[in-house]
Amino acid sequence: MNILDPQGPIAAAEKTILIDSIGIMLAIVLPTIAAIFAFAFWFRDSNPRATYQPHWAYSGRIELVVWSIPTLTIILLGGVAWIGSHQLDPARPIDGTGAPIRIQVVSLDWKWLFIYPDQRIATVNSLTVPVGSPLDLELTSGSVMNAFFIPQLGSMIYTMNGMVTRLKLRADNQGTLQGLSSHFSGDGFPDMKFDVQVVSQLEFPNWVARTAQADRVLNAESYGRLAQQSVETVESTYRLDDPRLFHAIVTQQIPPGPGPKLTSESAQPYIGGHDVR
Amino acid sequence: MFGKLSWSAIPIDQPIPMIASGVVGLVILGVLAWVVLAGHLPYLWREWITSVDHKRIGVMYTLLATVMLLRGFADALMMRSQQAVAFQSQGYLPPEHYNQIFSAHGTIMIFFVAMPFVIGLMNLVVPLQLGVRDVAFPTLNSVGFWLTATGALLVNISLVVGEFARTGWLPYPPLSELTYSPGVGVDYYLWALQISGVGTLVAGINLVTTVLKLRTRGMTYLRMPMFCWTTLASNLLIVAAFPILTATLAMLILDRYFGFHFFTNEAGGNVMMFMNLIWAWGHPEVYILVLPAFGIFSEVVSTFSGKPLFGYRSMVLATMAICVISFMVWLHHFFTMGAGPYVNAIFGIASMIIAVPTGVKIYNWLFTMYGGRVRFDTPMLWAIGFMVTFILGGLTGVLVAVPPADFLLHNSLFLVAHFHNVIIGGVLFGAFAGYAYWFPKAFGFRLHEGLGKAAFWCWLIGFYVAFMPLYALGFLGMTRRMQHYDVPEWRPWLLIAAVGAIIILIGIAFQIMQLVVSIRHREALRDRTGDPWDGRSLEWATASPPPVFNFAILPDVSGEDAYWSLKAHARQQDLEKREPNYKDIEMPRNSPTGFICAFFATIMGFALIWHIWWMVAAGAIGAFATFVAFAWRDHDEYVIPAKEVARIDRANIEERRALISLAGA
Repeated sequence: MNILDPQGPIAAAEKTILIDSIGIMLAIVLPTIAAIFAFAFWFRDSNPRATYQPHWAYSGRIELVVWSIPTLTIILLGGVAWIGSHQLDPARPIDGTGAPIRIQVVSLDWKWLFIYPDQRIATVNSLTVPVGSPLDLELTSGSVMNAFFIPQLGSMIYTMNGMVTRLKLRADNQGTLQGLSSHFSGDGFPDMKFDVQVVSQLEFPNWVARTAQADRVLNAESYGRLAQQSVETVESTYRLDDPRLFHAIVTQQIPPGPGPKLTSESAQPYIGGHDVR
Repeated sequence: MFGKLSWSAIPIDQPIPMIASGVVGLVILGVLAWVVLAGHLPYLWREWITSVDHKRIGVMYTLLATVMLLRGFADALMMRSQQAVAFQSQGYLPPEHYNQIFSAHGTIMIFFVAMPFVIGLMNLVVPLQLGVRDVAFPTLNSVGFWLTATGALLVNISLVVGEFARTGWLPYPPLSELTYSPGVGVDYYLWALQISGVGTLVAGINLVTTVLKLRTRGMTYLRMPMFCWTTLASNLLIVAAFPILTATLAMLILDRYFGFHFFTNEAGGNVMMFMNLIWAWGHPEVYILVLPAFGIFSEVVSTFSGKPLFGYRSMVLATMAICVISFMVWLHHFFTMGAGPYVNAIFGIASMIIAVPTGVKIYNWLFTMYGGRVRFDTPMLWAIGFMVTFILGGLTGVLVAVPPADFLLHNSLFLVAHFHNVIIGGVLFGAFAGYAYWFPKAFGFRLHEGLGKAAFWCWLIGFYVAFMPLYALGFLGMTRRMQHYDVPEWRPWLLIAAVGAIIILIGIAFQIMQLVVSIRHREALRDRTGDPWDGRSLEWATASPPPVFNFAILPDVSGEDAYWSLKAHARQQDLEKREPNYKDIEMPRNSPTGFICAFFATIMGFALIWHIWWMVAAGAIGAFATFVAFAWRDHDEYVIPAKEVARIDRANIEERRALISLAGA
């Protein structure tokens, strides 16, 4: 989960910007902090060697310097932000081995659904990707807002019902990474985490073939069951019945998730909580 | 008859809220019983509850803030302890309870601690610094305070009756819509904030008018103390920004109560609009809080360095620049929405630009110390602690203003650490500095210095121990609002953070002790001169506590640092002997309007939350009738005769002369 240990080019570039920005700012922040301590100490009331200048309150030269230092720093950092925002725009395509793998991500209460429309499979709370391939993610939400985030691959992005956000990632090393929701979404929120299996280019088609033989089928009906509020502890796999399922969710042909079940008209202060545990 | 309200609304099976509210209830009953039995009720009613004196209202605001600070801090302790134990387990707080706690913590700390604290200090000090007798609208001021108290009361009622919001301190839809939050929690949040929001807006209008229209002779804009400037900037922001909050929450109310679709998933609602609107208020709100703190530090650093503020005009410029730019940066709260590179870059750079005037302020405080004689009394310790801590908070703030860095850090504990770094290190340290600095002015005796310093060190060290681990956790990918987790690397940092919270708790214990000890030893700590710190601005030119009319003769100002030059002048001329010509003074009468109006607002708010419509009508009619009755008043001022003014003022001048001749000798 360590963002300082990136496993893909996006996270690596973002980490570089992060470290560089801290470095640029520390270059003026550290001397300033030192000066605060030094001035406060030297000009302490009990120091007879410090000269007291009770009327000194203006110096044009110092004013010029104190406006310039933060301004120059911000000009430099502003350049970093401008270039960085363009180069690391989440929707900007990236290079990689072979054709991009299309993945459609749906955040549900409280699990992640990953649809592979080209491979006609889907998984819950487990994302399997080939190493080195560009990943072309389209994201939406089946109910409330969430944010999709794999810390070691970089660029978290919101998921919102009725809308699609786009994200391009690449994983450069094989292994297992962790992903999570980084936007609070209700009682089951802390369990909205998923594994990211980064497998070899050869292994990926095998995994797809195995998964395509899954017993369960994902269609509007089984999606309706998934959209109920629950926490999934087991990762499950599906054959994808309709490759346009994601489109149906985004355009709200499939209505958004139902939320907690109401048991009575009167106030239910702790509704939903019991389903979680 | 009672809408959605039934006995099941009281969480009898939940030991924590029941015990907590039971204890609070007993304390309140005990205090009330003591007040009534000891016969203090008429005094409280006459001197405080119906008071329209800006000093009294300021003190009540501050008292409300400190009481709510205890409540908000109790929430913080529960969160820290829950995360310390909830490793691969559910901990001791189930999600539906934990989620209420972090929502209540944020709501309380911003709206009912930080806001009333700074508004209280502004109320207390600004008319004194401007050299005037009261604020522009004294009764409205009282209404504003009591409406804020109503909001705080509603939040606390939610502890026992029903539940509080489980959606975070800003209730992002669609989670906060009826579909996903069918309980009354969000309604408690909405009505508490709508009612207290009206109070805040009223306070803002009042203070803007006071600064713009009520300055004493010679107090031109560029002779005002820096705290008056930051008050002006902060209250201009309140007047401009709080209506946005009210409108946004009103839209959410329409969604929840009348089936509108402003922010729903269905029927063309748009959650992104809520985020834009709420942050169009929310980012100026940050500066509404921190600008007055900047003003306090300007006063403190200058006083305790024995020098005028360095680069006064530059500070004014920086303050007003922050005031304007703060409205142009709201989008940096959601770079991860996927708005595109141009939007993100422009808002990122706009956010960084605010760091320029803020940086200038830091340097100006630094050069205020240069060539001074720095005395390390408690307020100055808070100021130095602030300068160092706030620079670090500013650094991490600029860092998350860089969009690609924010893509990694947004919503993480790094962000949580950042805003606590600026709000504790900036606003709260500022409030505490102001509390220690102006306490003798408000009450006529100083706070105990040793215990104040102990509290400072506990807060400072506790802050670093509690929040530096959160920065590290942000780098480890931990996101905020986690009720439990199973990543072993996070655990040690969360344990350290919990220790930090305990150190802060010790700091708070020292602060309570300090208050108790100071009250017990008030005779020894008495400030007879009205000027305990060798101050520079006009609040120190009158007695401590000031008479109800503040100044017997309104001061005539001829430069910056008005009182400082007055003192220097008096020393040179070997004390002015001429008796001033005292006149009758007209002061506004006390009015129960604020209290009664807030009483009905509380009833109306509670009834709206629980859909008890007849009670809503009763509350609304009552509040309106109170205003009508106030509008028909015949006498709203009373006269203090010149003789009485002279008597009070002579006593003050005698003590003051003794001090000046002592200093001159």
